[in-house]
Amino acid sequence: MAAAEKQAVTGAGPFNDLLTWIDQRFPLMETWRKHLTEYYAPKNFNFWYYFGSLALFVLVIQIVTGIFLTMNYKPDAAQAFASVEYIMREVPWGWWIRYMHSTGASLFFICVYLHMFRAMLYGSYRRPRELLWIFGVLIFLCLMAEAFFGYLLPWGQMSYWGAQVIVNLFDAIPVIGPDLAIWIRGDFVVSDATLNRFFAYHVIAVPLALLALVVAHLLALHEVGSSNPDGVEIKNVKDPKTGRPLDGIPFHPYYTVKDTFGVVVFLIVFSMVVFFAPDAGGYFLEHNNFIPADPLKTPAHIAPVWYFTPYYSILRATTDDFVLWVLAPGVVAFALLLIWSMKKNSTRMTVGVTAIVLLAGLLNLDAKVWGVVLMATSVMIFFFLPWLDRSPVKSIRYKGPITKTALTLFVIVFFVLGYLGTESVTEGRTLAAQIGTAVYFLFFFLMPWYSKIDKCLPEPERVTSK
Amino acid sequence: MKALVVLLALAAQLALAAEEPVRLDSAPIDPRDVASLQTGARSFVNYCLNCHSAGMMRYHKLLDLGLTEQQVKENLLFTTDKIGELMNVAMTRKDAKEWLGTAPPDLSVIARARGPDWLYTYMRSFYRDPESATGWNNMVFEHVAMPHVLWTLSGQQVQEERKFKNMEQAEAVGRQQKNAWKIDVLTPDQAGKDGERFILKTIRTETAGSLSQIEYDIMVRDLVNFMTWMSEPNQITRKQVGYVVMLVLLVLLVLTYLLYKEFWKDVH
Repeated sequence: MAAAEKQAVTGAGPFNDLLTWIDQRFPLMETWRKHLTEYYAPKNFNFWYYFGSLALFVLVIQIVTGIFLTMNYKPDAAQAFASVEYIMREVPWGWWIRYMHSTGASLFFICVYLHMFRAMLYGSYRRPRELLWIFGVLIFLCLMAEAFFGYLLPWGQMSYWGAQVIVNLFDAIPVIGPDLAIWIRGDFVVSDATLNRFFAYHVIAVPLALLALVVAHLLALHEVGSSNPDGVEIKNVKDPKTGRPLDGIPFHPYYTVKDTFGVVVFLIVFSMVVFFAPDAGGYFLEHNNFIPADPLKTPAHIAPVWYFTPYYSILRATTDDFVLWVLAPGVVAFALLLIWSMKKNSTRMTVGVTAIVLLAGLLNLDAKVWGVVLMATSVMIFFFLPWLDRSPVKSIRYKGPITKTALTLFVIVFFVLGYLGTESVTEGRTLAAQIGTAVYFLFFFLMPWYSKIDKCLPEPERVTSK
Repeated sequence: MKALVVLLALAAQLALAAEEPVRLDSAPIDPRDVASLQTGARSFVNYCLNCHSAGMMRYHKLLDLGLTEQQVKENLLFTTDKIGELMNVAMTRKDAKEWLGTAPPDLSVIARARGPDWLYTYMRSFYRDPESATGWNNMVFEHVAMPHVLWTLSGQQVQEERKFKNMEQAEAVGRQQKNAWKIDVLTPDQAGKDGERFILKTIRTETAGSLSQIEYDIMVRDLVNFMTWMSEPNQITRKQVGYVVMLVLLVLLVLTYLLYKEFWKDVH
């Protein structure tokens, strides 16, 4: 019955009949219209808006190259290292596939970091896009897990000792820690058992979650509509006749052609790395990872790949002194600030009690525990961004000097922490990382106050042209 | 920006307080120089492949260096008689550990781990050290378990120390060296009254080998060239493919840009 009621598909030439046949049995045209030809995106997207589609593109590269890599890779401690070299040397075009995968990993993070920074610039996470943002942060977490599990697979020295260091972090958790670490590794040290399970996570578990989250991210995006560099809602001003946003244009063909151009620019950068500098000076493929994993030889200097180094710096910055002289006073000061700003007595009480419990923990538990907590917090804090930002405007274009300074400082410390994470520890570097860590957290924890008192400019009614 | 610069400067200063690593010579290699690669392959098979394996490298791949199967079989095949075999050694890791103290590492990708400059400097930095078990020591890799296998070619070197009052002087003399050099920095207390805190360590040839220093350097250059090629035998192909891909992408860049501009003409 329903089949007969649907209109025949037109405009597809020789395929009209086939598409009509499908459309009467599947919501083909409806989906096409809803997500492409009648999905209205703001017309004023700038450079920063390329990175969402690019991240999706890299995801496809990673999945396709990953499938071909698994055909020759052996998740076996005795064979893994050599099987990667086998791919590099003897599998036809294997080197190309492998370099695309290893370069793709780093460029995935570059795209995702720039995509997140875009959201921070233009307040894309603000109401009604909180859930969209949360899905995004979940994707980021999955990506980190995916990268971490994948990095063990080549079974080089850095793979091995990087995994050892990170899994040992779980050891720091009070009571259950040591058993938890053994449970994760499947052994008392990182070993063949660990390699096998990391392989399973890397090729099945995490990619499945990642794909599901990407679908949820896109569905949420298409529900609320894209934000834009002015941070104003294009849905507020519609053509009274057609009901379409005046500042919106159909995603297809306008943004599909624009993003295609973006993909080609991306491919040029990508290919420059893949063909002419695949190890990117030791940043994308670390030198030490060309030495097979040796459980008896700890390298003098263990550093994660560049995309984890900001968080690794935060972990290493958390020394006993840092906990005593910065973290503990920080908790007290922040609790006082909260109590001063909150009106309700019950809330004040809760804050006070939480602060006392935290303080007791800070003074009694090992600094290593707090390093892990801070590292986890430095990533998880992104979830709360929609509620930390209380500015009357969304976009940096109309925000005041305090927010602009804070965001600039945040970017600087992110780079400084990232750089310090690649280097070995010295007293000076630890101090620098501690300052960086403090600024990193102040950016988030003080945001509810500075974003509110900042002197913002009025938002325009409609988007401004580029 | 300012904060960044200050922090980095602070970090750099504190890093310099420790002992200086050895200054590596830049290896004058060229992976397209087939003659050099062939010579390097011969040296590698003759001198390295007795203790070190290159277990991810197949003899057959040597045909890429412009050699015929016959040439490889006659000149380079000692550990096996099949050209399809991997470059393995007869010595087991267990035996190696017993005889040498540590198993010699596989050299298939060592050039990617250490870098050509390190290898080039290392092979030219052995010196006599009566206190070590093998009688040899190395400027680049202190107390290395490997003896100086090529000493009949290079001759015997000894280490020399010269003291200087400032870093610039020590570095100036160091830069004139043909071999590796490094500068150890003493604290003012350790230096004593004369205040000569900067110790330049260099090596000097005591007895000549069968090759002159230049000939030996060229031999090591060829060897390192081969090892660098071996660490990624497809590197030349990779770059050649890269040029073609870039060309295609540049054409696509123009086409997609024009397409984008054409569609966007009516967006105001």
